[in-house]
Amino acid sequence: MTVTPEKIGSEETSATPTARATRTPDPEGGQLDRLPRRHAVLRMSEVQAAELADAPLDDENEQTMLVNMGPSHPSTHGVLRLMLEMDGEIVRRSKPVIGYLHTGMEKTGESLTFLQGGTNVTRMDYAAPLFNELVFSLATEKLLEVDIPPRATWIRMLMCEINRIASHLLFMATNGMDLGAVSMMIYGWREREQVLRFLEKVTGLRMNHNYIRPGGVAADLPDGWRDDVLFLLDMLPPRLAEYDILMSGQPIWRERLQGVGVLAAEEALALSVTGPLLRSTGIARDMRRDEPYLAYDDVDFDVLVGTRGDSYDCYAIRLNEIRESMRIVRQILDKMPSGDYRVQDTKVTPPPRARIDESMEALIHHFKIFTEGFKVPEGEVYVAVESPRGELGCYLVSDGSPTPYRMHIRAPSLVNLQCLPHKMADGLVADAVASISSVDPIMGEVDR
Amino acid sequence: MTDAIDTDAQIDEEPPTRYGAPLTHSRGQQVLHPDRETWRSTAETLFADNWTMITDLTAVDFLTFEPARQLPKGVTPERYEVVASFVRFDTGERIRMRAQVPADDPRIDSLYAIYPGCDYQERETFDMFGIVFEGHPDLSRILMPEDWVGFPLRKDFAQGVIPVQFKAPQGGGQR
Repeated sequence: MTVTPEKIGSEETSATPTARATRTPDPEGGQLDRLPRRHAVLRMSEVQAAELADAPLDDENEQTMLVNMGPSHPSTHGVLRLMLEMDGEIVRRSKPVIGYLHTGMEKTGESLTFLQGGTNVTRMDYAAPLFNELVFSLATEKLLEVDIPPRATWIRMLMCEINRIASHLLFMATNGMDLGAVSMMIYGWREREQVLRFLEKVTGLRMNHNYIRPGGVAADLPDGWRDDVLFLLDMLPPRLAEYDILMSGQPIWRERLQGVGVLAAEEALALSVTGPLLRSTGIARDMRRDEPYLAYDDVDFDVLVGTRGDSYDCYAIRLNEIRESMRIVRQILDKMPSGDYRVQDTKVTPPPRARIDESMEALIHHFKIFTEGFKVPEGEVYVAVESPRGELGCYLVSDGSPTPYRMHIRAPSLVNLQCLPHKMADGLVADAVASISSVDPIMGEVDR
Repeated sequence: MTDAIDTDAQIDEEPPTRYGAPLTHSRGQQVLHPDRETWRSTAETLFADNWTMITDLTAVDFLTFEPARQLPKGVTPERYEVVASFVRFDTGERIRMRAQVPADDPRIDSLYAIYPGCDYQERETFDMFGIVFEGHPDLSRILMPEDWVGFPLRKDFAQGVIPVQFKAPQGGGQR
């Protein structure tokens, strides 16, 4: 942590007029009463912060200190930067500063065809890439109005649930590491790597798969996939039991997390928080159950909720969601239908490889689809799925050409980050680390 | 949902309304078309009618859009369109609001006071399109640096290109 030596005036004895002007206004007639801790949101630009560096020290009155945390800090999951207004060791106000990983992926998406778009969106939430591909493909298919074959749907479900396990295992690793259970990082990584090995076997890559594509999936499951999935399902339960011994029931872990970074249900709803973070506040909301997509209404699973909305609930929900995902995967193993893994609509799907050797038309068709792409009728849709971090949405506008006119991703990490100042308000700086960790932001998705 | 018309087919007819705004359907999804003046009051009506949260807020720049815009009667197409999506948890229903924002005066009311969850997304839309959300407590750049000039997701903002340098292979390139 880099501690800047400058001190700024407290709210009552503001050193400069700019500091006073940055307090959150309270518009009339709004619904802001739902956010009782909105005073904790720091609204201050870099210029204002720099001006405060010259503010004189005032020993008579209490002053607060502006501390900069990140963007390269081990507990900020990449390049999240926090501007913290500290009163001793207490965080009074804070501002997440983002954009360090912004590469204009939505702009890039406007110059890639619908077929190439998957390679772009998969790099957003790099811990759960298949969900990005899924939501982009679902939105494209909604515009095209094509139905994909049942096997493709079930393969998508299988791969996404396994990806959810990998993503939550990554959370287990980083959450442990952030809070001092450093050996947990190695365990979480070890299990995640086993899961990624399966994804690699199916898609060819550990991450950024470009496996789920408009019209289905890129390839059928390889021979022996069932054994590989069963291996994972046998490997994980004893390892998760180890996590319980190492963390869940352990007094130090509980003391460290319980009651820390509490978020009330009303605050979470007001701030549009979704995913495990919303469920930790006691609201049973899971799009897999409430707005079933793919074939989620054909499988049984429980939506896990917390009671307090603290960091421990966030941890416990994610740990048990791994178990729920395994339960879903087991049912998928039983119900996986046979058939085609992609839609046989020549508008969307390239011809099979073998046909290219025999038919000139198939060769031309193949060439056309990969050079020009397929045309998507004009229109606009918003499609959302339940990613490991919350509601992942895709808003697509097509003008009838093979490239999207506008491609927007509703990133759950970005929206969930809004609750951070509220969670950290009037807590210790050491607990701020627990709050960041329990939000589990993936910066690639936040900045896009 | 049943009494709505299909956007693509019958745009000349008087559209049905919901929450006081014209209602159309896009691929089966409900879309409201309030104008700029009723943008905030429509959101207030949605809030009062138990719509739980705003899930998404963004904009589209229609500068280079070639086909005819499909909008209900009475809605004049403008260069920008601000799009907000809402969900209600009790029924699982979704609805979208689209408002036309002219290029020469790109401003619209902020929904922050009603749905504070749109805070970052309004900042992002301002950052990327230069659309001003009036009443937002801190409308500043969020993804781009604070001193950045221009609005990257506008269609007239040039996309950067890095020229690829082709080099002769090692050993002179002659075979």
